[in-house]
Amino acid sequence: MSNIPAELKYVASHEWIRVEADGTVTIGITDFAQAALGDVVFVELPEVGSDVEAEQDIAVVESVKAASDIYAPLSGKIIAVNEELVDAPEKVNEDPYGDAWFFKMEVADAADLENLMDADAYAAACE
Amino acid sequence: MAKQTALYAKHQEANGKIVDFGGWDMPVNYGSQIQEHQAVRQNAGMFDVSHMTIVDVAGPDATAYLQKLLANDVAKLKETGKALYTGMLNTNGGVIDDLIVYKMDGWYRTVVNCATREKDLEWMSAQKKSFDVSLTERPELAMVAVQGPKAIELVKQVKSEAAELIDSLKIFQGLPKSNWFYARTGYTGEDGLEIMVPETEVAEFWQQLLDAGVAPCGLGARDTLRLEAGMNLYGNDMDENTSPLQAGMGWTIAWEPADRDFIGRSALEAEKAAGVAMKQVGLVMESRGVMRSHQKVVVEGIGEGEVTSGTFSPSLEYSIAIARVPAATGDECMVDVRGKLVPVRVVKLPFVRNGQKQF
Repeated sequence: MSNIPAELKYVASHEWIRVEADGTVTIGITDFAQAALGDVVFVELPEVGSDVEAEQDIAVVESVKAASDIYAPLSGKIIAVNEELVDAPEKVNEDPYGDAWFFKMEVADAADLENLMDADAYAAACE
Repeated sequence: MAKQTALYAKHQEANGKIVDFGGWDMPVNYGSQIQEHQAVRQNAGMFDVSHMTIVDVAGPDATAYLQKLLANDVAKLKETGKALYTGMLNTNGGVIDDLIVYKMDGWYRTVVNCATREKDLEWMSAQKKSFDVSLTERPELAMVAVQGPKAIELVKQVKSEAAELIDSLKIFQGLPKSNWFYARTGYTGEDGLEIMVPETEVAEFWQQLLDAGVAPCGLGARDTLRLEAGMNLYGNDMDENTSPLQAGMGWTIAWEPADRDFIGRSALEAEKAAGVAMKQVGLVMESRGVMRSHQKVVVEGIGEGEVTSGTFSPSLEYSIAIARVPAATGDECMVDVRGKLVPVRVVKLPFVRNGQKQF
């Protein structure tokens, strides 16, 4: 059974979203996603400063088995990326909710946060 | 409902991630396929390959029958237990399957792929015609491949009663020991054994190997290991529409004696006479990204080909692939990786043997 922390938000394409105290959001991929991909060997990140639309493919995670696109869960601006993943992609398997965050965003419209799934809804979507 | 091998409970105990493979519930990994791959390259790993199909061929015409059925020539096998790798071709020269044949005393043991089992058995039966042979499937035998530099030593430790027999095995030879069968063959590019075991005894054997420190490995590691070793995967690197001459299997065609009329021979002779259009090569991409099967290969000024198997190589830490390219292809070409044409090197297979880079 995969780990789905209760304090995070989720989208159906298997990204998690953590809303920070300052209103920005941090995004990564879920434990379910990393387990399905298997050993991750490359990560491609979006550019800091770029404006992205919700559901736009903006990053890539590649495992031994397959390449998979990472989608922006919300519209907004990329304000930081986790460069450490480029040299240590295995962190995506080891610590998907911690060290292996992918990018941080400034959300264009905070009301969009209401559309994200909570842990229970995501758990149901994974079944 | 998928079939399960006699080791299914063992895979579950070890947290194997189970996937459907050719109608069988098989473990794709037990956590990290890269760690499993490294275990085989550096120490010893084991694979449940009980899903593969064992067919014994016996009867007074067994040799003549196999000389008709197979592109390689079983008459090359002089010593008991010696094995050969061969294609079984259709009349157009396409590959119905690839298999190993062991010569036993007056009979032969063959091991064919699981996904092709039904069509293989149908084809093999249809070719019996006037030959006096019997084909006997051996579903009661499970099979475990133990591979890696320490594999043989650890199997001998666990099965001390077979140590002498194992020591006597040459590379590509298999011999029975009561109702077990030990073969010095594999699909990883490392030394090791493939062991056929009565399915009632295989769980205990697996546990003994685990206790001896052999790492359980899934289909994921099996694929990266065979790809590094430059070995074909049926259905990826060749199929019924592929000539063995274009799939790196030219060395398995026994042209002599010239009057041995194996199935597919005339088609291959015509192809050779006309000039073989494509060849199988290895590709190496040292930049980021991973080549995958079905990606397009572009050879400037010459033409196009296709990646037939691609992966990330855990031993080399970059992407490698087996590809079919125009025969005139030189040392470089490009691969369309997710919409980008990436320059890659063309090399001779294999990529890795006995833990060492080969190109």
